[in-house]
Amino acid sequence: MYAQLVETGLSKVQAAAEMTAEELEFQARIDADIKIEPKDWMPEAYRRTLIRQIQQHAHSEIVGMLPEGNWITRAPSLQRKAILMAKVQDEAGHGLYLYCAAETLGVSRDQMIADLHAGKVKYSSIFNYPTLTWADIGTIGWLVDGAAIMNQIPLCRCSFGPYARAMVRVCKEESFHQRQGFDIMLTLCRGTAEQKALAQDALNRWWWPSLMMFGPSDAASVHSAQSARWKIKLLSNDELRQRFVDQTAPQAAFLGLRIPDDRLAFDEATGHYAFGEIDWDEFHEVIKGHGPCNRDRMRTRTQAWEDGAWVREAATAHAQKRAAREAREAA
Amino acid sequence: MSEWPLWEVFIRSQHGLAHKHVGSLHAPDAEMAIKNARDVYTRRNEGISIWVARSADIHATSPGDRAALFEPANDKVYRHPTFFPMPDEVKHI
Repeated sequence: MYAQLVETGLSKVQAAAEMTAEELEFQARIDADIKIEPKDWMPEAYRRTLIRQIQQHAHSEIVGMLPEGNWITRAPSLQRKAILMAKVQDEAGHGLYLYCAAETLGVSRDQMIADLHAGKVKYSSIFNYPTLTWADIGTIGWLVDGAAIMNQIPLCRCSFGPYARAMVRVCKEESFHQRQGFDIMLTLCRGTAEQKALAQDALNRWWWPSLMMFGPSDAASVHSAQSARWKIKLLSNDELRQRFVDQTAPQAAFLGLRIPDDRLAFDEATGHYAFGEIDWDEFHEVIKGHGPCNRDRMRTRTQAWEDGAWVREAATAHAQKRAAREAREAA
Repeated sequence: MSEWPLWEVFIRSQHGLAHKHVGSLHAPDAEMAIKNARDVYTRRNEGISIWVARSADIHATSPGDRAALFEPANDKVYRHPTFFPMPDEVKHI
């Protein structure tokens, strides 16, 4: 998902017999659906896992602005341009809500940004694919934001208060993103044959990477099992992916587009869509930094941070000068 | 350079409710904190008034004091009007 392969630092799920009194009390609060707040006692592994998860999520929002920002100057109308700018601005906002939530756990903003730029912390694999045509912007809103909603709605109920509250804000805004994407696709699919071909081409390229967003099956993952116990992961990767396919396949049919999977078929017996094998080698290559755009994304982010340094310094100097002047005048 | 200080943001919505904590952000001073809060927290008419306060200036109860502070209210149910049953015949009370 936006946070993929989040490690807990543990080698097995902790059993009740191994827990200290504090840990038992902590788990009891989680089991009773009482939110954990920043100043409450929490196991170190819970704190560290959440920092990793929220941070990855935040970085994904920020890096996720790049593929879409690529089309702001080339949006096909003034209204589409204004809408895309509003969407990209929302993504910045989502990143900021999440950074704030992570900071309540005792990690600094500068540290998180340094870790991203040093490649120590990942962001979602999906943002390492290029946006080649305007139809890619429609597809991202429809599929990528659609997949994000799938993951984020359950997270509104997660055990950590600041993360849950940030997710509530994000979810309120995310639905606009998905609809604006679908609206672009609808317009293209109702347009000329050439426009419809653009839409199909974008779907062909984004479908499999979108399914990869949910991460490999985690049915046997110790980390996912522990995160589930802590209620910072509410549904398994496979459950979320199945929901996504079930929801999206009829939407593609409505658009008159073909999902690029010969094995995709509705299974009457299960009530779900069956689908083909995902190329996990590709996923792992992208995660390791060898996707189509990894280096370009990191270069652009780092450059933006460095280019903004003088603004941050000037604003600090201005604030200090003004505070000093006010202190002098008050004396 | 060390990062900008952290500010807590409070927004009052249109319907006469009190300012409510919505999150935090970094800014060099109060003026910039308010400008940033407008962009980060009120993109969809969420509010008509913004307060910002330096996070370092906020003093809070600690979770360990929860019992001492809040449990005394538990056995004072007579503070709620429903503690006093009223006869059905008695109206407007």
